[in-house]
Amino acid sequence: MIKATVYVTIKQSVLDPQGKAAQSALQALGFDEVEEVRIGKYIELELNTADQAAAEARVKEMCEKLLVNTVIEDYRYELSEAQEREGVR
Amino acid sequence: MKFGVLVFPGSNTDSYNAIQDTIAQPADQVWHTETDLSQYDCIVIPGGSSYGDYVRPGAISQYSPVMEAVKKAAAEGTFILGIGNGFQILTEAGLLPGTFLQNSSLKFRCEHVSLRVENHETPFTVDYEPGEIIRIPIAHGFGNYYCDEDTLAKLHSNRQIVFRYEEENPNGSVDQIAGIVNEQGNVVGMMPRPERAVHALLGSEDGKKIFTSILRTWREKHDAKTASE
Repeated sequence: MIKATVYVTIKQSVLDPQGKAAQSALQALGFDEVEEVRIGKYIELELNTADQAAAEARVKEMCEKLLVNTVIEDYRYELSEAQEREGVR
Repeated sequence: MKFGVLVFPGSNTDSYNAIQDTIAQPADQVWHTETDLSQYDCIVIPGGSSYGDYVRPGAISQYSPVMEAVKKAAAEGTFILGIGNGFQILTEAGLLPGTFLQNSSLKFRCEHVSLRVENHETPFTVDYEPGEIIRIPIAHGFGNYYCDEDTLAKLHSNRQIVFRYEEENPNGSVDQIAGIVNEQGNVVGMMPRPERAVHALLGSEDGKKIFTSILRTWREKHDAKTASE
């Protein structure tokens, strides 16, 4: 099993309304050092394969096809060996 | 003229009813697993929250089996109208340029807004006056249309902007864009909901002309074809 972790973020050139609102709220709470907040998504995938190279190519394809809208979002991913879950063969 | 109104899990039925109420043309509700749309003169992708808007609005629906048939119909020149979530699905599927962000206010906005008809020469707007101001309701949380500058320049030069928000921009859309048409001129997407403005009792009947326009366009095309045969 391979665990893939995908981070999806809104492109720098695109305004992130949610990040802007969180930024104002943090500043209102006295966190004056906050200059910018960008809010994205964190996706965990468990892949039934042991082949790292193949897994990487597939994860990339999953991102481009469904998980990420590349018009407005960037992404990066990490792959690691996943622990076999109890009861899962 | 025969309409096919697509139904995804989470679509709503107002468009289907509006076709009956405004122009009384035959219409089918077509489940999203259908793979043949060749019998329809116009395909409507209605509003709602297909697949609960999971991942992104329209992201999962773009891969429903029916969308291959929609792409084929679009290429063949069939009239296609995407309303609200239907517009989002069309952008995700690559049939219209750009995409959507969350409303800049972070709020779901549900109210009547003023629109300017920027292009009255599309199949869905021929019954409007040039520059006509109309009142149509919106109901969306992700209606903030976004495209890059090159795409926006293309939308301008090809006259692809069909509707703009007049006075207030309710969602932060680039260039106040509320509706666009594809380059070929047969696929229109709009965030406001004309099917909810088809009777004075609903507060406005300015949406009626969307439906009368497409019927007139189809009839003129159909009559010309019949006459030449």
